[in-house]
Amino acid sequence: MKPATTVRLGLITAIVLALEILTRIGVIARFVAPPPSEMMVGLWRLLLSGRVHLAITQTLSKIAIACSLAIVVGILMGVAIQRFRGLADAMSPFFTAYYAVPVYAFYPMMIAIFGIGEAPQIVIGFMLAVVAVVVNTINALDRIPRVLRKTAAVYGMRPLEAARRIYLPHAGPYLATGVKLAVSYSFIGVIGAEFIMSRIGIGHEIVFAYNNFENEIMYPLILFVLLVAGAVNGLFYAWEKRLLSRRSRS
Amino acid sequence: MNAMTIAAPVHVGLRGVTRVFETNARTKVEALGPVDLDLRKGEFFAVVGPSGCGKSTLFDIVAGLSPATKGQAIFEGSRLDGRAVPEGVGVVFQEDASFAWLNVADNVAFGIRRAGLGEAEIKRRVDDTLTLMGLRDFAAAYPAQLSGGMRQRVCIARTLVQRPRLILLDEPFGALDQQTRLIMGEELLKLWRETGATVLLITHALDEAAMLADRVGVMSARPGRIIDVVETPWGRDRDSRVVSDPRFGEITARLWMRLRGESMAALSHKAG
Repeated sequence: MKPATTVRLGLITAIVLALEILTRIGVIARFVAPPPSEMMVGLWRLLLSGRVHLAITQTLSKIAIACSLAIVVGILMGVAIQRFRGLADAMSPFFTAYYAVPVYAFYPMMIAIFGIGEAPQIVIGFMLAVVAVVVNTINALDRIPRVLRKTAAVYGMRPLEAARRIYLPHAGPYLATGVKLAVSYSFIGVIGAEFIMSRIGIGHEIVFAYNNFENEIMYPLILFVLLVAGAVNGLFYAWEKRLLSRRSRS
Repeated sequence: MNAMTIAAPVHVGLRGVTRVFETNARTKVEALGPVDLDLRKGEFFAVVGPSGCGKSTLFDIVAGLSPATKGQAIFEGSRLDGRAVPEGVGVVFQEDASFAWLNVADNVAFGIRRAGLGEAEIKRRVDDTLTLMGLRDFAAAYPAQLSGGMRQRVCIARTLVQRPRLILLDEPFGALDQQTRLIMGEELLKLWRETGATVLLITHALDEAAMLADRVGVMSARPGRIIDVVETPWGRDRDSRVVSDPRFGEITARLWMRLRGESMAALSHKAG
């Protein structure tokens, strides 16, 4: 195991252990947070009970839709914007400032446009994710060296074939960064939106449990969100690292 | 100059070729020409010239990557229109054009796999080419794991595997150190002998041109024209040891004397 991985795992273990000890000896009151071991057991029971299955399915479906849309639309927008240098330069400040805007502020407008339902939550997840894909697509395409464009011309490739055989494989690791961010932002966007405008979903279940002092449900669900987001992000991190490993000397 | 190349038929012919770039409606840059030049079948021809004289523009026209504004460029009897690289022409650029996401064997197989050759034939050709280029032990390696010289070998192998009859090299060793350049030069001569292809080498290194080529074309400052063609006395079996031949110094000196004024003109043009 690499030293950095050891340190990382050690840090997480230390935090969990500290929380376990502090909650067990009463420094942190149980109504504030239960011990992590009890959260794990609670999560296991909750999953076996089937009580939150629908909420989990709904939330993960909304995240999948928001994320997929953000990846497809983001890549297409990135390709279109990158083709016109002037447009890319003009848009650059907007992209930089984009994440300073609290997207949730638009939620009344979302409801007015899309109605009360799942759509506004998907749109917020999409809005948070799409710009990360656009920016990383532009960055990826900017990195394609001129000699590879000439090489595509040497092989007599049309633009689509050149994109499929040369440009996208070359840009793969940088596009992967956008995809990875899109997954994270979709999680944040959809679950965050569920807190404020949903009747079903993990976010809604967490808020409902909070309002009803159901710590035995709230904390296991928070743990569930952490575990799923961490696992998905870990998978994409490993994929990105695998792509990049071929580009670095070993 | 050996007798074989004198008797050989013309493989590439340039007649009054010019190239003008229009930067906007009012500004035109005359980049090249007019150039008249014949490359004989099977010969090794090098082009030297001052920086910015249009060497790469000439290269692009012969490669079929760019059209001539005026005049005609002919390869094997067919006109090069700048819309496509003709079958039988292989191109190697100065920059690293290896595909970082493919291993060496897949890099080399790229063009012939795309052309639809059978897997057995692809494997045979790739194995032969890797052996020829001394890359056999690196077939599974990725370009990032190789040195700059070896990556350039991969690019040359990717070109050779398609068995081109005309090989165009645009300063292929420009990014390499002097010792690697000499070794790569020797390897290039060996490949040239074994493939029998016609080679056009664009270079800014006079010693490289003098060592490798049967004939060296000297270009003027922009718009580049061929102002001299210097023939070398080396036989086909030459290698880098020709640098110790007293005539080598005479040839590079002649090249430099023809180029000196042009290089100074090019520099003053830039400064202006």
